Amino acid sequence: MTSMDYIRNFSIIAHIDHGKSTLADRLIQHTGGCDARNFQDQILDNMDIERERGITIKSQAISLPYTARDGNTYNLNLIDTPGHVDFSYEVSRSLASCEGVLLLIDAAQGVQAQTLANLYLAMEHDLEIIPVINKIDLPSADVERVIEQIDSELGLDTDTHLKCSAKEGTGIEDILEAIVQRIPSPTGTPEAPLSALIFDAQYDSFRGTVIHCRIMDGVVQSGDIIRFMYGGATYKVEEVGHFLLSRQKREVLSAGEVGYIIAGVKTISDVRTGDTITLENRPCDKPLPGFKEVKPVVFASIYPIASDDYEDLAVSLEKYKLNDASFVYEKDASVALGQGFRCGFLGLLHLDIVQERLEREYDQSLILSVPSVRFRLTLKDGTVQYVDNPSHYPPQMDIAKGEEPYIRAAMMMPERYLGAVMKLCQEKRGMNSSLSYPGPGRAELIYEMPLSEVIYDFYDRFKSVSQGYGSFDYELIDFRDSNLVLVDILVNGEKVDALSQIVHRDRARACGLQACERLKEEIPKQMFKIALQAAIGGEIIARTTITAFRKDVTAKCYGGDISRKRKLLEKQKKGKKRMKMIGNVSIPQSAFLAVLKSDTD
Amino acid sequence: MNLPGLYIHIPFCKTKCPYCHFYSTTDISSVDVFIVSIIREMALYADAFDTFDTVYIGGGTPSLLTIHQLDSIISGVHKHFDVPPNAEITIEVNPADGDLAWYRSLKSLGVNRLHLGVQSFSDQALTFLGRRHRSDDAFAALDNTVHAGFDNFGLDLIYGVPGQNLQSWRESLASAVSLSPPHLSAYQLAIEEDTPLCHSYRCGSFDIPDEDASLAFFLETSAYLERSGYHHYEVSNYAASPSQRSRHNQKYWDHTPYLGLGPGAHSFKEGRRWWNHRSIEGYLKDLAEGTAPVAGDETLTRDDLRLETLFMSLRTAAGIDVAAFCLQFGENLPEIHPSIIQSLVDGGLIVFKDGRISPTTRGLAVADQLALIF
Ligand SMILES: Nc1nc2c(ncn2[C@@H]2O[C@H](COP(=O)(O)OP(=O)(O)O)[C@@H](O)[C@H]2O)c(=O)[nH]1
Ligand code: SF4
Ligand SMILES: [Mg+2]
Repeated sequence: MTSMDYIRNFSIIAHIDHGKSTLADRLIQHTGGCDARNFQDQILDNMDIERERGITIKSQAISLPYTARDGNTYNLNLIDTPGHVDFSYEVSRSLASCEGVLLLIDAAQGVQAQTLANLYLAMEHDLEIIPVINKIDLPSADVERVIEQIDSELGLDTDTHLKCSAKEGTGIEDILEAIVQRIPSPTGTPEAPLSALIFDAQYDSFRGTVIHCRIMDGVVQSGDIIRFMYGGATYKVEEVGHFLLSRQKREVLSAGEVGYIIAGVKTISDVRTGDTITLENRPCDKPLPGFKEVKPVVFASIYPIASDDYEDLAVSLEKYKLNDASFVYEKDASVALGQGFRCGFLGLLHLDIVQERLEREYDQSLILSVPSVRFRLTLKDGTVQYVDNPSHYPPQMDIAKGEEPYIRAAMMMPERYLGAVMKLCQEKRGMNSSLSYPGPGRAELIYEMPLSEVIYDFYDRFKSVSQGYGSFDYELIDFRDSNLVLVDILVNGEKVDALSQIVHRDRARACGLQACERLKEEIPKQMFKIALQAAIGGEIIARTTITAFRKDVTAKCYGGDISRKRKLLEKQKKGKKRMKMIGNVSIPQSAFLAVLKSDTD
Repeated sequence: MNLPGLYIHIPFCKTKCPYCHFYSTTDISSVDVFIVSIIREMALYADAFDTFDTVYIGGGTPSLLTIHQLDSIISGVHKHFDVPPNAEITIEVNPADGDLAWYRSLKSLGVNRLHLGVQSFSDQALTFLGRRHRSDDAFAALDNTVHAGFDNFGLDLIYGVPGQNLQSWRESLASAVSLSPPHLSAYQLAIEEDTPLCHSYRCGSFDIPDEDASLAFFLETSAYLERSGYHHYEVSNYAASPSQRSRHNQKYWDHTPYLGLGPGAHSFKEGRRWWNHRSIEGYLKDLAEGTAPVAGDETLTRDDLRLETLFMSLRTAAGIDVAAFCLQFGENLPEIHPSIIQSLVDGGLIVFKDGRISPTTRGLAVADQLALIF
């Protein structure tokens, strides 16, 4: 046996809440990857936000040393995968690093949309699939039905399934044995030139970028000069190793292994998920397949609430960027909000996460402009411009042609939700649909839709109309003609450029009205009446007003108890600090994002 | 610096009004020990304070006390502090209490200003408010006041009572004006947390005027009383002439020191504010042990003082003295916020004249928000 025979690389895939994180914890505990003292539930989801939202944002990996019944000790590399469409590319790279998966199914809920969607992903990568029925401890568990579904809906061999309760820790040993026995050991040639797949990277403030990779062929050790095949940058390796709960230094990483490389990479943009690492002096022929440059599709500007905090924000963004390669930004300025940054995100969830992390981890108070996709405009003089920032939108009369990006959306759902989903897609200007039935009762629906319709609330609404059973994935296809206009929002006659939106003309009025209504809900009453208007050029297309305070004063400050009154006012004053003054109107942070929420929320 | 004011809280009421959140108890068994205790409390502050030019006996219901009991308290004040002959000495009187002889005796105790808790001239409103007097009592109390020779007195009125409309409120105002009180206070009924009224309001038992209606009451009150010769000098206060304003209340508004005695009373001196236990038991216990019955205190930061100055000044028609504010806080408001001042002036909420930023009547109606702008 070679050393590769003692390695297994696998992922756990599951519908949300079917117990992926809990099972991961259990596997870690069982293999002694962690002692009880510093064990923290759901170790793989190690950012606060991940734990709170229960989603995995960035993939992570851990090596579990396991002594099997055959007496040999194996290195089981568990690679965690993110669980949201914004990060579907990262998922595919993680899976490309594995030979097999545990497909976890909740014994009470049975097969769900993401069970199926994830299964297909795993199949695309030719992975060994081990169905695991979890939560058998639940009184409502119906194992027989799930076994039936494994056969009829997943089309898998029912003999292959395992049962466990991740919560109570039963059946864990069998799972570990199955991983050893059924998942193939990695293949690869240690003697061949190095090719290593990057599936993740993290920034360590002392060591620079820590690259998470799977070695496909060859070996790498400290002192080697490595090259990133897409990026082209070369670095000298300082350290390689495995992930236990902390990094564990090794002499070499060899074909089939999962681990990390530290090479003093300070420029995080050099390290791209999906890129191939090879050796400078003995390169492999060609990079590993499947690399995509992840491009931001949603753009928005970020401004500090207090303009004094601009420098602070700049420093925070720089630091943040080190931990999130898919986030891009550049300087931007707004007439209404002052100096800020234009940022690109993978999707709205990504935007949310960035905002939340900046506020939480870097203590920034931010205002975000209305997010936008990137449009293509052909001007009358023949020049072509890509515009994602409404404040760079050229005068309407100079535009010969407007185009917006389209996507191909693939949605999988039980047949009974088909009608509701189709209705939603049509509302979102979907076209050229096609329908197929990959399994009994399961429908796959393909639509072409404008990206701009999808980024705001499509994913949430899709989840809600398919009652969580639907899975959704998309790819950008092309730009298509679109009758675009710029809708401005005026607060007391003053344009707030951060609230402008580029939209299809047919949607302009509804969009303007909605923006006005949303603002009306979010902007608190002030000393004066506030007029809210939406306009295309000089033409007002929607309007509403917020009435002023008319009476707001306590009748008495009695018996000298002025402290109580002051404390009440102080509270209000604090609230005001989180607002941005535009002209003589204070606009709360929440108003900016509220503008794009849909009525169905 | 103005001379400090003295507030004396008499924490007893015959019955509790459901809207009231002032501290008082209907158990009057401890009145005598209370009087001994409050005099003891005076002694504790005899070093820290020496002269008061206003004394305000409030409550609770001070008019529940006998002349003898009031005499003990007032003698206590004179024993421990200097009170110059021209001092304003006010007592709150419930119209249901006291006869002419009692009023006359008040006069002989040196009380020179009465504050009558009339609240309304409508028996229906008085019933809603849970008051134990009727409108006739108000007229009788006024008679007594005048016959006992008080020329400085005020009436308290409450508006915004369910069932009241602008018309019926105007009638109440007319009744009040017909009695020619030198001072009038008109408060909007407030639903205070943790009161029985708040509870029944939450249960939906009645409605209160919305913001527009409240403003209408407020503006009507102001217009009516101004027409009748009163000056609207503070959010809820009106005086027939400047000399008949409440000198005592003014001290709260401009950070003049004041000493508050009795349960729940607040005091302020040299940037520190402290307050007594809001329970008669805690209050009596501390004093029995010879310690000041203080429940808590705070030292005001410069920001605290600044905010208080803003909101207290903006509750008065006089408004903010720009130079004095600048001297104390280093901010010349009109220079720092020219556009805000201008828009408030244009919006008819303030006037900026003679070095003062003064709220208009409409400005007074939103005084709390005005204060938050700066
Ligand atoms: N009863 C029971 N609950 C479980 C079991 N495994 C996970 N859970 C619970 O299911 C919920 C979702 O688990 P989690 O591991 O976060 O799911 P994930 O979204 O797939 O990562 C949590 O409340 C877990 O405590 C199990 O075996 N039995
Ligand atoms: S309003 Fe006056 S009389 Fe009524 S309970 Fe309160 S303190 Fe006593
Ligand atoms: Mg999880």
